Amino acid sequence: MEHYTMNLTLKVWRQKSSKDKGSFETYQVSDISSEMSFLEMIDVLNERLITEGKEPIAFDHDCREGICGACSMYINGRPHGPWEANTTCQLHMRAYKNGDTIVIEPWRANSFPVIKDLMVDRAAFDRIIAAGGFISANTGNAVDANATPIEKDKADAAFAAAACIGCGACVAACKNSSAMLFLSAKVSHLALLPQGAPERKSRVLNMVQQMDKEGFGSCTFTEACEAVCPKEISVANISRLNKEYLIAGLTEEK
Amino acid sequence: MLNSKIPAGQLELKWTDYKGHCKLVNPANKRKLEIIVIGTGLAGASAAATLGELGYKVKAFCFQDSPRRAHSIAAQGGINAAKNYQNDGDSVFRLFYDTIKGGDYRAREANVHRLAEVSANIIDQCVAQGVPFAREYGGLLSNRSFGGTQVQRTFYAAGQTGQQLLIGAYQQLERQISLGNVTMYSRHEMLDIVMMKDKDKNGNEIGEAKCRGIIARDLITGELERHFGHAVLLCSGGYGNVFYLSTNAMGSNVTAAWKAHRKGAYFGNPCYTQIHPTCIPVSGDHQSKLTLMSESLRNDGRIWVPKKQNDTRKASDIPEEERDYYLERRYPAFGNLVPRDVASRAAKERCDAGYGVGSSKQAVYLDYAAAIVRYGKIECGKLGISNPSAEVIRKHGVDVVKEKYGNLFDMYEKITGENPYEVPMRIYPAVHYTMGGLWVDYELMTSIPGLYALGEANFSDHGANRLGASALMQGLADGYFVIPYTIGNYLADEIATKAVSVDDPAFVQAEKAVRERIEKLMGIKGKQSVESFHKRLGKIMWDKCGMARNEEGLKQAIAEIQQLKKEFWSDVRIPGDIKEMNPELDKANRVADFIELGELMCKDALNRKESCGGHFREESQTEEGEAKRDDSNFQYVSAWEFKGESEWQLHKEELIFDVAKPTQRSYK
Repeated sequence: MEHYTMNLTLKVWRQKSSKDKGSFETYQVSDISSEMSFLEMIDVLNERLITEGKEPIAFDHDCREGICGACSMYINGRPHGPWEANTTCQLHMRAYKNGDTIVIEPWRANSFPVIKDLMVDRAAFDRIIAAGGFISANTGNAVDANATPIEKDKADAAFAAAACIGCGACVAACKNSSAMLFLSAKVSHLALLPQGAPERKSRVLNMVQQMDKEGFGSCTFTEACEAVCPKEISVANISRLNKEYLIAGLTEEK
Repeated sequence: MLNSKIPAGQLELKWTDYKGHCKLVNPANKRKLEIIVIGTGLAGASAAATLGELGYKVKAFCFQDSPRRAHSIAAQGGINAAKNYQNDGDSVFRLFYDTIKGGDYRAREANVHRLAEVSANIIDQCVAQGVPFAREYGGLLSNRSFGGTQVQRTFYAAGQTGQQLLIGAYQQLERQISLGNVTMYSRHEMLDIVMMKDKDKNGNEIGEAKCRGIIARDLITGELERHFGHAVLLCSGGYGNVFYLSTNAMGSNVTAAWKAHRKGAYFGNPCYTQIHPTCIPVSGDHQSKLTLMSESLRNDGRIWVPKKQNDTRKASDIPEEERDYYLERRYPAFGNLVPRDVASRAAKERCDAGYGVGSSKQAVYLDYAAAIVRYGKIECGKLGISNPSAEVIRKHGVDVVKEKYGNLFDMYEKITGENPYEVPMRIYPAVHYTMGGLWVDYELMTSIPGLYALGEANFSDHGANRLGASALMQGLADGYFVIPYTIGNYLADEIATKAVSVDDPAFVQAEKAVRERIEKLMGIKGKQSVESFHKRLGKIMWDKCGMARNEEGLKQAIAEIQQLKKEFWSDVRIPGDIKEMNPELDKANRVADFIELGELMCKDALNRKESCGGHFREESQTEEGEAKRDDSNFQYVSAWEFKGESEWQLHKEELIFDVAKPTQRSYK
């Protein structure tokens, strides 16, 4: 692989706090190596801003291996940038060429208010999980792990749904800011497993209620969420969620 | 003095006896007792959830925006448990023995045996929570093997086992939050513990000071907060980021543990760090962190460097006879599957001698060409293809490798832009895990009453080297199955202790000290960025306290770190303000602590004039260059007491091996 360096124009959303009004700032960065990660490119810019006595750009990031779900940049109109099945932290600068302009924004959704610059508050996701995204099994109650065999296909499908990293790209990509892909991944994960059966109905009803309360929009099934999901969570989970929700709504005895 | 509180009696009965006799707290009293948990990784989330289930009032803190993002999430390979589902001879004893031996006889027998005992319960518990472990077609759980063992006892969920276990614990935690048993404080960082003595009826202080709370900073507003707790649990992870570059997450830090250390909690074996042999090498000065490639790759890959020094040819242009498969050459019995510490040192030795590859020359090849041909031939045989062409063999071989390691190969390509099916991967060792941590007794209590340390934050179970798939096991063992019992033994005597007002002078004083330190940092207004100091610290640590250490280098490192500390406190530049979201200030706080820790690590490494596990002193090696332990002089845990700036007192906890008798490891 040939490595190269490039000069770029960055247009970055700057916002001092949730109370302030934000705006775009333009920065020129030079000698960016194609071997850098996207976040390392921002690191370079931030180091320069600090030496210039300016405030660096605030953004969420932690593991930088695509699994913690912290990073959340809306890059040239697409969550996590141009690569398929990828997080911002795993995006590398060879995706760009000399002279490119890159527009960087935070997730745009009312339910994810901006905290500062590119950082948003995704606590709504935690509250949706707290509403029912679990199996009530207190420590110490468990039977032997092999006492309940689970079909491999179902276990694999549950794992594929459970691979969600809770980054919120699905919400950011959706024109309605719907959280259906996120929610459906958790409902699917637990509905596919026999351990999840006892709370199956109350779980889906409570989680959907919480999602609505948080102000996420409706799902019109454009599948934009699946297209940008770093873990390739399928919209088939949304279909499963709809089924679970309907059955629960029709048969719940309360 | 150090009292490890190891119960008397036979090794395999200690934990049972302990549980049968420890004090209990009745449900009505549990409701009145408050517990603070710092960190929400496997240890913290499992502890907070379980203590909430038991009825304690719990407050949990994490610096991330959600408890689900703690760095346990990044663990790839798996979790060990002595289930013996494979009928291959596994048992609690074997897991215990492998862990003690893997740790190079520098861990406590009683703790490790307890870990092995509860390992099976962890798998049961996780399955009950809905953790989707890998399964066989019959619907039963699947296992794989890992380094340092001869049985298949590792449970896994693809290459995302840590993620699935953490999501399981996180969901249990969220459930307790919804039930009101746990209050969650995300984007909060603990900046000190609060200690005070109990008071008698007349208001006179009695006994020794206990940990009764914390000072935390709300990272969004910058405000300091005081929180009371009858006990505090530090589940704040390891300190690998002292090296700047490591496989740890960017935010992973030592601050919570270090604040406790400065207040009197002893630090155990700080120099024991694990360097993982298969990581993607550094690509330039811009490098911010390193990425691990799973240990499983060494099952099929062959590691080599050119036989010629400073060879600039492409890998494909170097003929077979000019390649040095140095692990196979040096360790014919174990070959490419020697333990992590041995493989890492061998790679460093070749690169230091000028045989490294890639533009930095700090890398070796991990080559799948032979594996692709081997698997391709087997596949062709299965398919009945006679006299297959090289091209056909390769095609089938690539398919097999893709199925086994596809996600890892994809990750490598994403980061490097090179296709590992075509060219050998370049790898180099990187800091991965820290076996050292806060010293704890059998009950996981530090040397400060009421202050506990769980998971990677404590020193206890892995000795001088951790085996693969054992970190997840230990974090969950501590949180789900150990602390719920041992904390009761302490809190049973605290039921009469009323919650202390956070207006108590001890809280006021602690908050004042934290505020003054932050103001001091912000007031320096120097010229150099926090990041630049962190990088310099990392370089000192990596060069002189990394894979190989010697007396001269360590002494130099200590002097350099002391100098760096002075420079930091006089020339660091932190932009922004105190009362706002300010990631640079957060980082400055952490780096200041890393600098002090770095000095202690060097001091500990200097004191330990033997080689053991991940700690390699060049002065203590065999003629063949292997690590040489010195049991007669160093069969102890180093527990360091903070005595003032750059001053520590060493306490030794002798290690007694009644069951697993120490032997010298050999992999030839």
